[in-house]
Amino acid sequence: MTPTRRRRLILVLGIVAGVGIAGALALNAFQRNVTFFFDPSQVAKGEVSAGQSFRLGGMVTQGSLARVPGSLEVRFVVTDFSHEVPVRYSGVLPDLFREGAGVVAHGRLDGSGTFVADEVLAKHDEKYMPPEVARSLKRRHGESRADEVPAVPAATPKAGT
Amino acid sequence: MLPELGHFALILALLLAALQAFFGIAGPAFARERWTRAVTPALAGQAVMVVTAVVCLANAFIGNDFSVQYVAHNSNTALPLFYRVTALWGAHEGSLLLWILLLSLWSVAVAIRSTSLPPNFAARVLGVLGVVSFGFLLFTLATSNPFVRLDPPWPDGQDLNPILQDPGLAVHPPILYTGYVGFAVAFAFACAAMLEGRLDQAWARWTRPWTTVAWAFLTCGIALGSFWAYYELGWGGFWFWDPVENASFMPWLVGTALVHSLAVTDKRGLFKSWTLLLAILAFSLSMLGTFLVRSGVLVSVHSFAADPSRGMFILVFLILMIGGALSLYAWRAPLLRSSAGFELGARESFLLFNNVLLVIAAATVLAGTLAPLISDALKLGTVSVGPPYFNPTFMLSMLPLTALLSVGIHANWKRGRLKDKQRTLLLSLVAAAVLGVGLSFGVYTGGHVLTPVGETLGLWIVIASLVDPIDRWRRGLSLSRAIVGMTIAHLGLATAVIGLTTVQSFTVERDVALSPGEVTQVGSYQLRFEGVKPIEGPNYSGVGGTFLVTRNGAPVAVLTPQKRQFWVQRQVTSETAITFTRGNNLLLALGDDLGAGRWSVRVQIRPLVSLVWLAALIMAIGGAVAASDRRYQAAKVPVPAPTSAVPGQA
Repeated sequence: MTPTRRRRLILVLGIVAGVGIAGALALNAFQRNVTFFFDPSQVAKGEVSAGQSFRLGGMVTQGSLARVPGSLEVRFVVTDFSHEVPVRYSGVLPDLFREGAGVVAHGRLDGSGTFVADEVLAKHDEKYMPPEVARSLKRRHGESRADEVPAVPAATPKAGT
Repeated sequence: MLPELGHFALILALLLAALQAFFGIAGPAFARERWTRAVTPALAGQAVMVVTAVVCLANAFIGNDFSVQYVAHNSNTALPLFYRVTALWGAHEGSLLLWILLLSLWSVAVAIRSTSLPPNFAARVLGVLGVVSFGFLLFTLATSNPFVRLDPPWPDGQDLNPILQDPGLAVHPPILYTGYVGFAVAFAFACAAMLEGRLDQAWARWTRPWTTVAWAFLTCGIALGSFWAYYELGWGGFWFWDPVENASFMPWLVGTALVHSLAVTDKRGLFKSWTLLLAILAFSLSMLGTFLVRSGVLVSVHSFAADPSRGMFILVFLILMIGGALSLYAWRAPLLRSSAGFELGARESFLLFNNVLLVIAAATVLAGTLAPLISDALKLGTVSVGPPYFNPTFMLSMLPLTALLSVGIHANWKRGRLKDKQRTLLLSLVAAAVLGVGLSFGVYTGGHVLTPVGETLGLWIVIASLVDPIDRWRRGLSLSRAIVGMTIAHLGLATAVIGLTTVQSFTVERDVALSPGEVTQVGSYQLRFEGVKPIEGPNYSGVGGTFLVTRNGAPVAVLTPQKRQFWVQRQVTSETAITFTRGNNLLLALGDDLGAGRWSVRVQIRPLVSLVWLAALIMAIGGAVAASDRRYQAAKVPVPAPTSAVPGQA
């Protein structure tokens, strides 16, 4: 083997090893850090394993928002019109949070079946309907139900880049 | 009448782009000189038509013409004039038109500055750009025509999405798109070189300034978007690994690799195939980004109207473009031959590692971005991938990258004689480590295991990249703009590393509930809530809170975050209030009326976060300086033999 070839071999082997390690680590990071999305029916069916943190999505039930006056603690109920999950959250709610609109929250279930959220997401599409929620509603109720829920039917704002 | 004129102009632009593509590619291929010469007029016509269309649409916005559907959906008589103009690119159709406009302007710039290139080569570049223009114009006309009329016209419009009513929107999309679209130029040069079968070093040198400028714009555009998200959206962060952010970040990573790989191809005639592939990849990722954003396949904050036909169109276009370019590559690959070799410790090796690491970083971002899509398609459940995945995997490739940079800039081309530089490298590393550990434990408290590592690596880049330029300057030797620009850009990267490490390690975030007159302590600051007052804007009303911020009793600032309720869309937005003191970035966002006179407030202290955006600006300036180097200017002077040898330079 000529010196040039040997150098090239070292270089190529080094790169392959680097890529391999990076790939293995990335795969590992994937497995540990992917967050699943469940709707209230899946929660009711017990598809969530105990203590697992996940994203809960659905509609905020009308009239369910309650807070202790003066405190950061809020309670509301998330529904997919088949099942309901009570949610507890302490913090500032996003601007787009409202009763009757879609919501996605990140957190885990406590022993009593209440979902303790550590994050309530404001990310939304133009109908104030998180796409995962829209899809879940569509799956459960067909097209029609998903269409009647947008909170502001007259306006279809669009976000820019 | 004018909207129809605009529509007509777009159709003409489509036809002219087809001509531009045909003349540019067929002319040189069949050696028809008259065809080749017709490329420039076709391009000029195309550009004029595109500008006409943009002016027509702008006119409809300014004149509140709500018979145009796009205007009716995105504007309102109460909207201030400034936002009526920027609303032009506030949604899908108009931003696509902006994309096309910028592509035309890039093409015109290439045509003007390429007069000294071989005519056939220049024609081919413009021809490939014509193909891209044609595709996007066809896409606009077929699926996203901004000139569609409403009958009857609406009495008033639906208003621009309130979160887009911000000066940030005026500058972020145009600058970001200028970068995105700029990679089309590098792509066109690569395709032209392959069509011509001329795969020497010349095409790399001609491409370099264009790629660097596009990269600089993309850098600025991404940073502006991050800054805008930080202060306008108030979600508490400057980077969310959102699919659309990733869509702009992947081309940036690959573009950065391309900038470096072009340097090797230009200087040493190596990495030729790799550079070609990177040029194709960078533009493909720009297009993939467009596809991801426009088709609505990914859950994102940047939700354009989702329309499957649009996604399908871009997907087909994407496949045709990439497939075409790669077939071209397969056809020409036998011509690629590198004669020169290099040693393991030579600069080429370091640039190779740089490229591999950047591409790995882009690949991990791509994997994380597409994972939810794949998981959904394979019915593995709806998942989301967030910072817990992206942060460590990204750091994994960035840590070695920054460490290798400090060594690599001291390496010579061709020969690995790093032994001579051992002392310099070691001394600079020790100095950086002392400063880095001091910054981690002396100035701030707490932090992460990796905090001193990050600070040290950042500071090492600063010291290591300044050693050589300062030495040359002291010895009275000249420094080329390419070297100065490179040094500035590397200092920008160092700034980013230091800023990111600090902000990731020492951020304080708290939601608090306050009554008027109440004082709370957050980090080293005291906040006194003075109460809320009603406010009134041109198209919104709301409340504004007043907070007195002090630090150890000394007044720092009076912050007035607002909560705005927009009338037309009935949407609520938070206007955050930010103060910059002593490198700390204190952000307040007003939350909800909690009852009993109390309000919730989101408080965030992000030390040195401003450095992250400043870093992008420094990098972009570095790019601009490097692109203005004289050796690229040489191409401007008309010379009979355009590939005259350029004296090599360290």
